[in-house]
Amino acid sequence: MSTSTNAPPPDYRVLAVDMSNIVIRFPGVLANDHVNLTLKQGEIHALLGENGAGKSTLMNVLSGLYKQTSGTIKVYGEKVDFNSPRDAIAKGIGMVHQHFMLVPTQTATENILLGLKEPRFFLNLSRYDKAIRELQEQFGLYVDTASKVWQLSVGEQQRVEILKTLYRGANILILDEPTAVLAPQEIDELMNTMRALVAQGKSIIFISHKLHEVEQVADRVTVLRKGVVTAEGIPMGNMTKKDLAQLMVGRDVVFAVKKEVREPGPVVLSIKNVSATNNKGVAALRGVSLDVRAGEIVGVAGVAGNGQSELAEVITGMRECTGSITVNGVEVANKPPRISIGHGVSHVPEDRTHVGSAPNMTITENVIMKAYREEPIGNRWSVNYPLAHDNAEELKEQYDVLAPSVDTMARKLSGGNLQKVILAREISAEPRLMVAVQPTRGLDVGAIEAIQTLLLAQRDAGTAILLVSEELEELMALSDRIAVIYDGVIQGIVDPEHTGVSEIGLLMTGQVSKEGG
Amino acid sequence: MAFKLQVEKRSADPPRWLPAATSIGAVVIAFIISGIILTIIGGDPIRVFSFFYEAAFGSWAALSDTLVKATPLILVGLACTVAFRMKLWNIGAEGQFYIGAFFASLVVLLPIVPAGSSRWVTIGTMIVFGMIGGALWGFIPGFLKARYRVNEIITTLMLNYIAILWNNYWIFSKWSDAGFQMTPVFDKAAWLPRLADYAREFAFFSGMTLHFGFVIALIVTVIVWWILSRSKWGFEIKLIGDNPEAARYSGINIARNIVLVMMFSGALAGLAGMSEITGVVHRLQERISPGYGFTGIIIAWLAKLNPFAVVLVSILFGGLIVAGREIQPSGLAQLIQGIILFMVISSEFLLRYRVSFFGRNEAETPATPSTPEAETA
Ligand SMILES: Nc1ncnc2c1ncn2[C@@H]1O[C@H](COP(=O)(O)OP(=O)(O)OP(=O)(O)O)[C@@H](O)[C@H]1O
Ligand SMILES: [Mg+2]
Repeated sequence: MSTSTNAPPPDYRVLAVDMSNIVIRFPGVLANDHVNLTLKQGEIHALLGENGAGKSTLMNVLSGLYKQTSGTIKVYGEKVDFNSPRDAIAKGIGMVHQHFMLVPTQTATENILLGLKEPRFFLNLSRYDKAIRELQEQFGLYVDTASKVWQLSVGEQQRVEILKTLYRGANILILDEPTAVLAPQEIDELMNTMRALVAQGKSIIFISHKLHEVEQVADRVTVLRKGVVTAEGIPMGNMTKKDLAQLMVGRDVVFAVKKEVREPGPVVLSIKNVSATNNKGVAALRGVSLDVRAGEIVGVAGVAGNGQSELAEVITGMRECTGSITVNGVEVANKPPRISIGHGVSHVPEDRTHVGSAPNMTITENVIMKAYREEPIGNRWSVNYPLAHDNAEELKEQYDVLAPSVDTMARKLSGGNLQKVILAREISAEPRLMVAVQPTRGLDVGAIEAIQTLLLAQRDAGTAILLVSEELEELMALSDRIAVIYDGVIQGIVDPEHTGVSEIGLLMTGQVSKEGG
Repeated sequence: MAFKLQVEKRSADPPRWLPAATSIGAVVIAFIISGIILTIIGGDPIRVFSFFYEAAFGSWAALSDTLVKATPLILVGLACTVAFRMKLWNIGAEGQFYIGAFFASLVVLLPIVPAGSSRWVTIGTMIVFGMIGGALWGFIPGFLKARYRVNEIITTLMLNYIAILWNNYWIFSKWSDAGFQMTPVFDKAAWLPRLADYAREFAFFSGMTLHFGFVIALIVTVIVWWILSRSKWGFEIKLIGDNPEAARYSGINIARNIVLVMMFSGALAGLAGMSEITGVVHRLQERISPGYGFTGIIIAWLAKLNPFAVVLVSILFGGLIVAGREIQPSGLAQLIQGIILFMVISSEFLLRYRVSFFGRNEAETPATPSTPEAETA
């Protein structure tokens, strides 16, 4: 078994990957149209593009998951033809998908070894632990490898994924939106890992919608727009965020949305002394109290895993808790989700594929997932599908969802476009209270701007919004107040106008706490 | 030869026509294989199959017999379809069939409607009782799964044996007809009308055994289609089947639906049992089902869970059963059925994997994702 120690040294003259004239066609969709992409050995190459531009598809071809319709791929000068990810890894190409493919009930070590010819049985794993530890030290990828995967944080799971590809001897790594699920300091750690990897001769293709990250780590950038390359391997040198955004969406993007000052109305959501446990049975919320008023956006800031996911879940009836939660005076705590939905609560869930959508149902069906019960979509017994179809078409237009039609199944959508479908459903319900967890995760810059504008419009129309986000910038731009949560306790509620990022950062790490709010 | 056989995992979306094509292909190939076996054992497959066709569909009388056999198959096929749509693996249609037959019999054996009631009162009550019986037999595994997460495959399978033994107990003891393993023949009021009953008016119908149960099965088919594809309940069933977590998030009560769908599935199988005793044997007896409940599973699968396709497949299987009675060796029909089942199961492989043959140098391949797990993000 080859481990990664035999990587060739960095050398920009060598082309690790040379994809030329790649065409990828799905029924009704030309996902990639004569795309060229070169990856130099030892570089970090950013792959940018709008939602549905064809980035993931192109990388799925390079990693052997899909097959191109036409075009050639060379790896270290040798023409290759992959029929499976196994073939690609044999040529040193490994991909870390945005949604991980680990087995939750097995340990990190077992996951790393899973599917390899050797070991046949999981006996004597300590022998392999040594090799894995060496890799960890080499690249700063620390994880407790004896833990079961479900006990690991998302950032740690990602490290396991990277270790897994490295252990298989990958010299070329593809990271598909790796930072979308990470907390800010985890992102910094990942960036350091990436730098360590290229310093030792690995080459990396990095997909991200966060342009400042691209600015920080990328050496060159390739931009796709609607399946066509609009910038081919341009050195990052003097490129700015603005230039990149322009290349991606073909227009200037306003990075700061405007928020009008507004006097909030009566209390809509009232949380009193709520406690709950997480999936592992450990306390996740400890006596949380918080009010959200009509026409107000309350942001929830915190490092991932400090209770914000659980907070959203107890409000929407997805998780049990103690204490009291009322929406417009009606108790919703420990009631099934049906009750909160009935009282006008919308929920953009954190996990868009496992919770927020049904993969084998159409866009139309995903849009009516909650509205099917009530007039006008739902009649007494039946669903008015023609009307649902028309509504879905309008929303597809309005939310700029890229898909051949509203009859397209959800699983065929790109990550960002699926997120748009979920947002369309939840915002168009005209809720009284909206619980939005990472609503702009996976969206491109243009779409983020559009969604943030829509959220503000909702607020101005009198909706109470609880916004959970790991993007401090987003929270600062949208929130009227920010509640900072640490270890299940609200450390303080601050006014974003008069509070600095560093102060919020201190609250987020539990180093100080602030009274009142 | 420089040819290579290659098997790849295919994208999650095979072409639209492929599922139907594999079902039809499975049947065709099953006949071809049976033909080959016949040739090997010294038979003449063409003659055998044309005889088969004659026996099953060759005349109005034959067709009538075939449709009689198809009737219970349609109902149990629908029963499985409804449950499978929600990924609820009800393999207890056989038991639900027996309990449905038992409950329907109670109407005349206890009796529940006074002797001498009109035909439609009797039949109507039997329909209701048959469905209640089946629903009850579906309720038990549904409740156990919803409440205690007991695996429904095991409970439904076990309940089959209980149902059959329960039936046997009563026909061997209390309601035995002169010691035989059957109840006395029901009063005529409990017989579903047959075509032959109208032979006096229409001489053409004489001897035809096709009974009203077939019409009931067709009406139920349309109702099931409407429920699955047009109703709110059908939407919930589909959503739970596709992603239970998303269903929960949408405010759907999953536990309640598990119980309801199991009961509905059971009720349809129970109706099949009712139709069989009132339309064919006119008494409760041993072995009223030669495994219809299990054949229903194959039918639902072959019909790709489409209610109208269930009718077509059931007629084909009904024809096989009828023809199988007329031919020696008598196991031939079962052989073909077995091969069809085998083919259906292997055709599932074709839906999930792409098989291609190509020469050494050939590289041309269509843009087909090679696995469904590909996560676009
Ligand atoms: N299996 C598939 N079948 C049909 N169409 C597909 C399939 N996979 C992707 N597509 C389509 O191909 C196009 C490109 O999708 P892709 O996932 O590559 O976009 P992306 O650039 O990764 O976008 P995002 O930033 O939203 O993740 C989209 O229009 C998508 O709907
Ligand atoms: Mg993508």
